[in-house]
Amino acid sequence: MCDQTFVAITFGPCDSCSQNKPLMNIYLQNEPVNYCSLCVELMACQGLAKGETVSTLRAESENLKAKLEEERAKLHDVELHQVAEKVETLGQFVIKTRRTLKGHGNKVLCMDWCRDKRRMVSSSQVIMRSAAVCVLQEHAVTMPCTWVMACAYAPSGCVIACGGLDNKCSVYPLSLDKNENLAAKKKSVAMHTNYLSACSFTNSDMQLLTSSGDGTCALWDVESGQLLQSFHGHSADVLSLDLAPSETGNTFVSGGCDKKANVWDMRSGQNIQSFETHESDINSVKYYPSGDAFATGSDDATCRLYDLRADREVAIYSKESIIFGASSVDFSLSGRLLFAGYNDYNINVWDVLKGTRVAILFGHENRVSTVRVSPDGTAFCSGSWDNTLDFNPV
Amino acid sequence: MARDMSDKDILKMEIEQLQKEVKNTREPVSKTAKELCEFVEAQSAEDPLIKGVPEDKNPFKEKGGCIIT
Repeated sequence: MCDQTFVAITFGPCDSCSQNKPLMNIYLQNEPVNYCSLCVELMACQGLAKGETVSTLRAESENLKAKLEEERAKLHDVELHQVAEKVETLGQFVIKTRRTLKGHGNKVLCMDWCRDKRRMVSSSQVIMRSAAVCVLQEHAVTMPCTWVMACAYAPSGCVIACGGLDNKCSVYPLSLDKNENLAAKKKSVAMHTNYLSACSFTNSDMQLLTSSGDGTCALWDVESGQLLQSFHGHSADVLSLDLAPSETGNTFVSGGCDKKANVWDMRSGQNIQSFETHESDINSVKYYPSGDAFATGSDDATCRLYDLRADREVAIYSKESIIFGASSVDFSLSGRLLFAGYNDYNINVWDVLKGTRVAILFGHENRVSTVRVSPDGTAFCSGSWDNTLDFNPV
Repeated sequence: MARDMSDKDILKMEIEQLQKEVKNTREPVSKTAKELCEFVEAQSAEDPLIKGVPEDKNPFKEKGGCIIT
């Protein structure tokens, strides 16, 4: 006697077309549904069509990228370091750490110099539940959020902006009275839908430029908190931004987790140029002092220089021995030196023109998270996850 | 926001951008690299991190100390 299996066919209204037909029990995204066989067929075809569209789009994108590279390559007639052979070689770079500022109780995440060249603002993360500390020359402001990832000084030196995991950028007016409760005067300006990664004032105290983990950058009016312009174009978190030096106009550059560095027009919101040669997240971008180029630091352990007029990458600063990502970059006043802080706790100083490393600076006991040269070029400061700021004057 | 966009939308955005960029005007690297070098050489004289700063002009020099007579 053989066993007989019976198939019980359910008959009823289809979940999709509502007609009374024999139904198939299928699972869509882990939910059991009953579709008639016709609807199942249709769905399968739809999937195919979508698949086709995405892959044809992808092919088109690759084609365009290849074409762009071709156009760029036509003008790549010489390497930067070849042209730089005529430039005098630098003497030995010697610098001693003069002061280590230990005011922070936690990892220093970000810092900025005031235009008066003497004061700095820096931010950190706090292990305790709900406060982050922002230190200003022995002046501390407690903020109601952990991980303050971005901080900036306003051009006037009277206001600072900072933000992080709270998805906002807030401004604090500063006063000379050390006992005054600065946190009470806080004003929220920018609102993003994900963490704030970087912020910068434009040429005045009135406008603030921000970048966020939500993939966008935005320009805000500080007084009203209004969004003036938003910049879409990155396909992943934007980690860093830098404004062009004032003489060269209204542009800024941003770098993100999509390995792209984009140059934007602040007034129109348009993405003017974009560069995708890094092999991993771009952690830091910085304009060259002349405004005609910018440098990037990335998790792929290289820093690169992109020339805006030639529209291409013109130099890579890397060594086989450097395998950790660069978290932060900054130029010296003339643009001859590039200071880059790495996750292997060191700072490498590169000769921008010749592409060689001129010095390694030790001194931190954990990742270097931020490196900034002072506005007059007489010193640079590095912040690290070892809770200190190293201040290196000439 | 980038995170909310589907793959298709992101690709479409990229394609639009690339189409614009292909049309950008460019200059040869030989010209721009030369200008970069010239800029640096002109500015290097003023760059304290390269040329150093005489002790009396150094704003960060530690003040004070003992003089033994």
